[in-house]
Amino acid sequence: MILSGVLLAVIGLGLVGWFAARGRARLLYTGRGSMHSMPGYHGWHMALWILVPALLAWSAWSMIMPGLVDGAVMADPAAVQLPAGDMHRAAVLADARNLAANPDAVAFDPLAEELAKPMRAAQGRFSAIGALLVLIVALAGGGYGFTRVRAGFPARTHVERAILALLLIASLMAILTTFGIVASLLFEAGLFFKDVSPIAFLTGTHWAPGNARGVDIDGNFGAVPLFWGTIYIGAIIAMIVAIPLGLMSAIYLTQYASSTIRKWVKPILEILAGIPTVVYGYFAALTVAPLIRDTAASLGVANPSTESALAAGLVMGVMIIPFVSSMADDALAAVPRAMSDGSLALGATRSETIKKVLLPAALPGIVAGVMLAISRAIGETMIVVMAAGASARLSANPLASMTTVTYQIVQMLTGDQEFNSPKTLSAFALGLVLFIVTLILNIIALRVVKRFREAYE
Amino acid sequence: MTETKLTARNVDVYYGPKKAIDNVSIDIDNGIVTAFIGPSGCGKSTFLRSLNRMNDTIAGARVTGEILLDGEDIYAPSMDPVALRARVGMVFQKPNPFPKTIYENIAYGPRIHGLASSKAEMDAVIESSLTKAGLWDEVKDRLSDAGTALSGGQQQRLCIARAIAVSPEVILMDEPCSALDPIATAKIEELIDELKENYAIVIVTHSMQQAARVSQRTAFFHLGNLVEYGETSEIFTNPREEKTKDYITGRYG
Repeated sequence: MILSGVLLAVIGLGLVGWFAARGRARLLYTGRGSMHSMPGYHGWHMALWILVPALLAWSAWSMIMPGLVDGAVMADPAAVQLPAGDMHRAAVLADARNLAANPDAVAFDPLAEELAKPMRAAQGRFSAIGALLVLIVALAGGGYGFTRVRAGFPARTHVERAILALLLIASLMAILTTFGIVASLLFEAGLFFKDVSPIAFLTGTHWAPGNARGVDIDGNFGAVPLFWGTIYIGAIIAMIVAIPLGLMSAIYLTQYASSTIRKWVKPILEILAGIPTVVYGYFAALTVAPLIRDTAASLGVANPSTESALAAGLVMGVMIIPFVSSMADDALAAVPRAMSDGSLALGATRSETIKKVLLPAALPGIVAGVMLAISRAIGETMIVVMAAGASARLSANPLASMTTVTYQIVQMLTGDQEFNSPKTLSAFALGLVLFIVTLILNIIALRVVKRFREAYE
Repeated sequence: MTETKLTARNVDVYYGPKKAIDNVSIDIDNGIVTAFIGPSGCGKSTFLRSLNRMNDTIAGARVTGEILLDGEDIYAPSMDPVALRARVGMVFQKPNPFPKTIYENIAYGPRIHGLASSKAEMDAVIESSLTKAGLWDEVKDRLSDAGTALSGGQQQRLCIARAIAVSPEVILMDEPCSALDPIATAKIEELIDELKENYAIVIVTHSMQQAARVSQRTAFFHLGNLVEYGETSEIFTNPREEKTKDYITGRYG
């Protein structure tokens, strides 16, 4: 609490420093060319010297403080009774920490109650030390910064360099997160593959993680039915809907529609892309799936299931239409007007021009768009959770209930799960496969798009 | 010995509310090259594009007045713009071969108009078009290479060959050499001179030297008006209008 308060103090100091350095620089400023940098830059330079080291010290301290507090608590006489097991001990300490922060809470363990007091004391002590440390660092940084306010000091260059660093960090953040995700996936999937052989996982056709107890672990983790369900729903049924409709809408919008129609239809298509997938899920489960079941029943199919690959695939296809349409739109628009002019000037009709010149020229871009769409479709979760069902089945019957990789991941990770059983860990192995497949699709698609762009520049 | 191929009577061209061409009347003859010159934005390309109804493809473009091809109104409801463009071909400022092979670039037009019924006939059309465009010897061994792999000048001759392949009666050229180097330009100019025997050729150009070299008649456009039209030799040596004189002597433009 003191430690969060000190943050405000540091920001306040930064503000004071900004005014102080700028004020001093103004006194030094005697006219154009008398200083390397304008006073404002000196203000920022000083503020940075206060804020950056202090914030670094603050985060460093926040990271090491829990260890120090735990150490102090362990030194307490009452801690002798702490159980030896790491997990159990951590649980009691966490309990005590909770009690220390919130005196009204009820302890699970009487020992935790006893430890809450030394815990609170240690926290208070180390917070105060940390706050003092951070303030000292801020003041030291500020003092150093203040001495640099001189006519010849290139404060502007330094501030600009700091901004550059900030921008660099911002752009690295997303990349680092990706690496973090990959690392965690790899780690957990590695645990899974200790229990289950990767070959059995990738080639087995029987998926029943619930039955995997002791003996036949490998035999119950055959993920092929999940891969098939994913491909069947996301890459086949959904694409049969999305590719023709998306492509035709792009052709209409880029080639035939008047600007008024374009002005209305395009935003509406884009709204379609903004509908939350869970809403598509309702639609698939409550409207489309029963409709398909009833139609199938009236056509004489015996016992059609309410959940079907067809329902999920159709709705997913509709969801992907704007995506395919906008990629195809871009690809068609990237074909220079000179191409269609050249064709029209030879006496080709508009439709001949589109079929024989525009589409072939835009094909790489369209293919790339479709690949990106597939990678989105196979990663899509909500629609299949709500409409496709849970049965891992290798079937080409679109009316059958089917399950996908994403659905099984949700299944494995929701509710209370034991975190080190192969059943739960299988989610990470599935996630890894999904990640690798979509990564490959995206890389190929981006390469194709890049080469296609170069061809016209 | 020349006969009139295209006749424009009181033609106005509008882009939306803006009038780009104002009351132009002109006769264009068969068997010669007619050059349109004038400063940028004077409407010469706009007028050229109205001669094969390429302006139809631009939203908001509108043509009034009368343009006759062999006495037939090309803006009459009975006239199919697609059929018209097969008779009045066009070559553009920047070479625009299709991203297909050289062979397919030429075969495109004859194929959509059903001009060749067998592979042998198509081969003959390809060879004669490329020969007329002076490109046959350079590309005969690599007809299956991409058209876009040729040099700029070759690409432009490929586009001319492509236009010739559908046997047009008129060829419109919109600054065909402005993206080319002097050697490629000289080749195209030579080609234009040969082609004029069989076609009515209209060329828009920014280069007055080019107009003087290749054309027999010259039309000078200024601010959407046809200022002066006559024999090229007359226009360049003895212009009737003050504006024409100012332009060709380089006083403005």
